[in-house]
Amino acid sequence: MNGTTTMDLLRILPEVILVIAGILVMLVDAALPVGALRRGLIWIAAPGAVLALWASLYQLQLGTGTAFFGAVETSPFTVFFHALICGIVLVALLLAYDTMPRNGHHMGEFYALVLFGASGMCLLTGAVELLVVFIALEISSISTYILAGYRKHTGKGPEAAIKYFLLGSFATGFLLYGIALIFGATGTTQIYQIARLAPTAQNHTMVVLALLLMLVGIFFKVSAAPFHVWTPDVYEGAPSPVVALLSTAPKAAAFALLLRVLYEMLPSLRSLWSPLLWIVAVASMTIGNLAALRQQNVKRMLAYSSIAHAGYLLAAFAGADSTGISAAAFYAAAYAAMNVGIFAVVTLASGYDEELPLVADFRGLLYRAPLLGSVLIFFLVSLIGIPFTGGFFGKFYSFSAAVSGGAVALAIIGLLNSGIAAAYYVRLALSAAQRPEQAQAVPVQPQIGIAVGAALLFTVGATLWLGIAPEPILRAAEAAASALR
Amino acid sequence: MNGAMNGIDQWILTLILLAPLAGALVIALLPDRGKLPAWLALITALVTFGLTLHLPTHFVTGRPGFQFELDVPWITNPAIHYHVGVDGLSLWLVVLTGLLAPVGVLASWNAIQTRGKLFYSLFLVQQTAMAGVFVALDLMLYYGFWELSLVPMAVLIAMYGRKDGAKAATKFFLFTFIPSAPLLVAILWLYARTGTFSFAELQAQIAGGSLPAGALFWVALAFLFAFAVKVPIFPLHGWLADSFSEAPVAMAMVIAGKLGLYSMLRFHVGLFPVQVKCVAPVLIALTVIGILYGACLALVQRDFWRLIAFATLSHFSLTTLGIYGLTLTGRDGAVYQTLNQGVMEGALFVLLGVLDTRYANSQIAAYGGAAAKLPQTAAFFVITSLAMIGLPMLNGFIGEFLILSSTFTAVSKGWAIAATVSVILGSAYTLWLVQRLFYGPESSMTAEKPVTDLRWNEWIALVPLAVLMLVMGIVPSLWMPSIEGWLKQTPTQQAAAPERLTLPPLVLTAASGKEAAR
Repeated sequence: MNGTTTMDLLRILPEVILVIAGILVMLVDAALPVGALRRGLIWIAAPGAVLALWASLYQLQLGTGTAFFGAVETSPFTVFFHALICGIVLVALLLAYDTMPRNGHHMGEFYALVLFGASGMCLLTGAVELLVVFIALEISSISTYILAGYRKHTGKGPEAAIKYFLLGSFATGFLLYGIALIFGATGTTQIYQIARLAPTAQNHTMVVLALLLMLVGIFFKVSAAPFHVWTPDVYEGAPSPVVALLSTAPKAAAFALLLRVLYEMLPSLRSLWSPLLWIVAVASMTIGNLAALRQQNVKRMLAYSSIAHAGYLLAAFAGADSTGISAAAFYAAAYAAMNVGIFAVVTLASGYDEELPLVADFRGLLYRAPLLGSVLIFFLVSLIGIPFTGGFFGKFYSFSAAVSGGAVALAIIGLLNSGIAAAYYVRLALSAAQRPEQAQAVPVQPQIGIAVGAALLFTVGATLWLGIAPEPILRAAEAAASALR
Repeated sequence: MNGAMNGIDQWILTLILLAPLAGALVIALLPDRGKLPAWLALITALVTFGLTLHLPTHFVTGRPGFQFELDVPWITNPAIHYHVGVDGLSLWLVVLTGLLAPVGVLASWNAIQTRGKLFYSLFLVQQTAMAGVFVALDLMLYYGFWELSLVPMAVLIAMYGRKDGAKAATKFFLFTFIPSAPLLVAILWLYARTGTFSFAELQAQIAGGSLPAGALFWVALAFLFAFAVKVPIFPLHGWLADSFSEAPVAMAMVIAGKLGLYSMLRFHVGLFPVQVKCVAPVLIALTVIGILYGACLALVQRDFWRLIAFATLSHFSLTTLGIYGLTLTGRDGAVYQTLNQGVMEGALFVLLGVLDTRYANSQIAAYGGAAAKLPQTAAFFVITSLAMIGLPMLNGFIGEFLILSSTFTAVSKGWAIAATVSVILGSAYTLWLVQRLFYGPESSMTAEKPVTDLRWNEWIALVPLAVLMLVMGIVPSLWMPSIEGWLKQTPTQQAAAPERLTLPPLVLTAASGKEAAR
């Protein structure tokens, strides 16, 4: 191919590695005899994710620059999100290895889809060309649609997949329509050129409309109110290891896209999008928390909590440029660590087929399985936002960004919301801490294998690290923020 | 002072914070076998207590500012420091925390039969959090420990609740957590205006008057609100009775009081002397209501945990009255009374825990004549009760006297008289409790159930507390100088009316005066 240099390839190295690993998994899967256990394919998938993580960090040495004629970019910003996504994928793979059914014959597909999805998410954070953005989004979405319906023997699995697919396609349609409009207004789909041309575009209304349509698509992906309705159903229907991935990695990628669109592509419309995000942030956290209060099903409760957390993260967008971006990036990392962790615990505690789905079913977990119960409470403490955990600093930076951007009301609403949120997190935590009822027969005996143990260790470690020594990640987030502008 | 000494002085507070954490980690890693976690916790608690004793022996009384200070940057942006230090106010509170840790372990020795590993790990984390609250001089660090102290408490209440632990724990957690949201906003607002979380710098800047007074009023109110719930002050006491009746003994003895009272003295009165004056009349009224309301409710309780909860409300309201009477004597008494309360509540909870573990019943009506079966328990109970009702020569008297007399002379005679009624009510409910539990005809429960009197662990826990009650009542001069040293450098000194600082002779003369009045 003319013009494609090694440098171009190096700038998409993590994506290339993830795709190659995915293809390898598929090929080996096809070559294995029919009855063979497919779990062992983790030995291809996990090293692939590790290698991609390493490649992302390696990209720091390449410096900031674009490849493929200005379609893809590598910068501290993309590296930050690449590393985050690859880390999440790695933990999700380890979690799936130990908790998915041992005799599952579709594990090969599972690993391959996770890796393909990850490549799409990584590409999404690096894309600076709206058509590449669209393609990356589709790669990541289609994989996750399939993964959401992985438990096809249950009624809820296919329901989740179809709901997610239909609504997701609809939202992607909005995004594509927005891209078309912005192309109509400026004559280009390259983000930097749009940023240059948009302020002087003749048809200002079209640019505004384009932004609104694109925001609809992105808000859907991050499950921000009022585009959140799919979240609880999908989280309930999808297997928990998938939800661990689904609730964090695609969201991190979508938030990266949101940052890019708002701060890099259309900062000229700040006076428009800033109040809009204020409203969406307040709506997301309030709706998410109030709905979560009434949930008895743990996964649905965590689904609503993830909507609320999207709201907390969006509060950072009220901040002045670099503080807002770095706060959002930091929050994405902190949220990923604790949320993947809690879904790992939920997977173990309620079983793959979810014999114990309700808050009340978690009663006595601390007595039944002290380690797992402690870890559950630890993650809930982080989600509440108690100091010395990642959740606290995430919220802290997000709200201080809002306060420094002048949105004091937003910070107060946010902190009051975290008070409401504490109520349902505490309900789950204390239910787990309570002494079990005598006659309670428990169908699930949680067993922590090596892989899932590593996953828990990794997430607990990350959550603690972000809460006790957030400095390095904060510096990385700040570097990411400065790269975006 | 040589270099090595300096090193220890600098790191001692950090060691006090880290020792329980290290113990918790060791307990968490070792297997949950027999009494192993309990022994490890006891050793850790004793070592920590030993470390805290370094503070009073090397404390220089009267030196202004903080001692044993360590200030290292933790996070550069925002500028959060790991800044710890103690002064005359926090010195003895740290030691008290250290003392109550082994007492708590010993009190749990027989009561905690299941999941000892979790219990003792969390118990030790709680010790770190509480000590951290007393020594943190950076507002964010303080906030961190303040919030951290909620978690082990809530989990343990839920785990070992007697009836519905989860409900009581939720109540406790939310009551304390939600007011801390405004507190955090207030701290962030202060940081946005001043660029620092440092207590000393904030104190100077607020005193300098560069901040808008209107906003400061709300900031001060946010601080007060968070602390008032924790003390608690009427009408924010809704969580107290449930937590007391559900919490394990070792946790119940530290659940109320000192964290909130210390925070008021340090961060509300200490940071916002001007704003405090605006709210003081309201607080005086609320505390007097709390004193009487708590005492009246204590009289009619049927469950001894709930009785103690309302008695505590009454006692801590009195202590708060000392703080917001805005007199030096009152504050002197309040600080001393906070220490006294720690000792007395510690002993009381151990003793009630003895009854509760022996008979598995907390209904007062079920008891009667228990002294025949448990003479040693009864003896300690009577000593503690006498200290609580403020008998001269025991520690409760001095604090109460200082607070009431300062209220009478400097605040308002009416409020003081109303508050003094609580002394009578306090004697009534305490002595009546003693009578119903230990004396009178034997109830069927006490007559039939074979019980053992105090075990070795309970003896070890109770004797130091009983000795302290006596020593603190007779020789307050061991404690007073450092407290008064702290009072002399508080910024409110000029604002307060000219008055004498209390000395032991005054206390003694006052004692005879009070006797005469009776």
